[in-house]
Order: sequence, then structure tokens, then C-alpha cells
Amino acid sequence: MTTLSIETRAKRFLATLRHCQVLGLTVDCASEDSVTMRLPYNQKIVGNPVLGTVHGGSLTTLMDTACGTAVFSILPDFELCPTLDLRMDYMKAATPGLDLIAVAKATRIASSVVFTECEVFQEEDGKQGDLIAKCAATFMRIGANMTPPEFRAKIEFGEDA
Amino acid sequence: MSDQKIVTPDTAVIQQNGGFEDVLREAQQSGEFQPLLDNIPYANLIGLKFQRLGNDVLFHLPKNDDNIGNPILPAIHGGVIGGFMELSASLHLMMNMDCATLPKMIDFSLDYLRAGRHQDTYAECQVWRQGTRVANVAINAWQTERSSPIATARAHFLLTK
Repeated sequence: MTTLSIETRAKRFLATLRHCQVLGLTVDCASEDSVTMRLPYNQKIVGNPVLGTVHGGSLTTLMDTACGTAVFSILPDFELCPTLDLRMDYMKAATPGLDLIAVAKATRIASSVVFTECEVFQEEDGKQGDLIAKCAATFMRIGANMTPPEFRAKIEFGEDA
Repeated sequence: MSDQKIVTPDTAVIQQNGGFEDVLREAQQSGEFQPLLDNIPYANLIGLKFQRLGNDVLFHLPKNDDNIGNPILPAIHGGVIGGFMELSASLHLMMNMDCATLPKMIDFSLDYLRAGRHQDTYAECQVWRQGTRVANVAINAWQTERSSPIATARAHFLLTK
């Protein structure tokens, strides 16, 4: 059992994911109830060059990562859980220039599967704005013994590892 | 059909900004889609390429360090695999049908079948149904063998002619 807080585990887990660094994802906060993750607006993730709206693919990465981080940080023993499936609904195109905030939570932790849900809102004037997308994702529990020791060390000791 | 003007909010914005609508129409007339792809920042970010083989299109995501999720495994980020498949599906639709704007994704359902290793990835799409307003597209992605897909997905798009 680790003594690290859920938020520390969430931040260190995210820090290991290279593509998430490319997108500039950050953990705003994390607790037993949920993980809140931010995707800053950036020209390089635009999918529609006329409207300047971000591509759904960057939302897929945001939601997969937010759900995966919620799973990793809530399980007690640094279990890496591969994604089994994702189902996403794109409710509305995000307004260009606004950051996107994902709120993800594990709805059920079973012995071999974890179910999660995530909602993405755009941030308007520092407040939660319109709902942009929703996602339901399922993760497999393959066991804590499948976590490579180098990876475990990166979470336990952060960048000092 | 492609020169038919239907005033929708989207086409109004395109006309104001100019450029992209012409790029899309030009691509549909000439069959040369590379300039269109060059105009989509997210495609450049992940490095998507394609090859047209008659009416078939093979999409290609070359090995790219910036697309890695977990560097210890190392594996392509699941969100990048999703984004690659989403973008492939919308490009496939634009190459095979008459639409004046980028198709809008309504929802996306993605099943991961195998780990996406740090190597080249391919995808192909099948339009199962194209109605007047909605298209249903299936996408399969593989690495070493087409018969061993790493992911399979289904997307619905809203069409604006």
C-alpha cells in the first residue's frame, strides 16, 4: 500500500505519458471521487482550420487519459490497466481559444474490470461552461505484478527516480 | 453538386474566411487530398499519411516518439490511436462523397484489441451506410498484420452537403 495522495499519484502518472506532455495536459485536482484534467487550447490540435475548433482526437486523448488516471490513482497498488473500450459522444464543438476540462470518475471497481465515466466542459471566464463531450470507458485489471518496476519507481519517487 | 451553394452557418463562416472550402472542393475534383491534409493541424501533429489505391484508401501513422503514451512499455497512446482512426474516417468520407464541409463527428465507439506498439500503424475504413444526414463508418487499425487488428471502431458523422 502506498502513502502517496491520490493527487500525487495522478500527477506522477500523467507525467510519464509522453503524448500528454505534447498536448500540455495537467491534473487540476484529484480525489477519491474524481480526477479533473485540463487540455489547454492550442493551434496544433485544431481539426477544423476554418472554425479553429479542436479535433475530436485530442478530446479522445483527454478523455482516455482522464479515465485511465482516475483508475490508476484510485487503485491501491499502482496497477496499470489497459483500456478495453471507449464510447464518446461529441455534444457540441468547443469554442476556439477555450481550455477544456475533463472530470472523470470510476463508477465501479470490480475484480477484473473498472468502469469509468467522464464529462468534458469548456472553461469560460474561469467557470465551468458548456458540456462538450461525454465518454464511458472500461479498463482491464491485469494485476499489480504486471507493472514494470521502473514504472513503479517513477510513481513512487517522481522525477527523482 | 460540389458547386451548389447551401447557406448554413458553417458555409457562411467558410466563405468569410475563404480558402478551406476551395481546398476541399479542389481536392474532391482533382482527387489530390494532400493539400487538404496539410491544412489540418491535428493531422500534422500526429503525422497522419495516406495512400490511395484506386477507390481504396490506406491510412498510415508512422512511428513517432511524440505519440507514445507509456514510454516504459513503450506503447502508442490509446487516444492517439483513437484520433488517428477518427481522422481516417472523416478523410475517407471526404474522399468518397460529395460534402462541402468537414463531416462532424456525432459519436465514436472504440474497442482496443491489442497493445499498439511503438511502430507504424495502418487503418482502413468502410462506409456501411450513408444516408442524407448521417453516415456510419467502420474503422480497423493494425500494425504487422491486417488480420490481427490492434483496434476496431465505429463512427457516426453528421453530413452537411
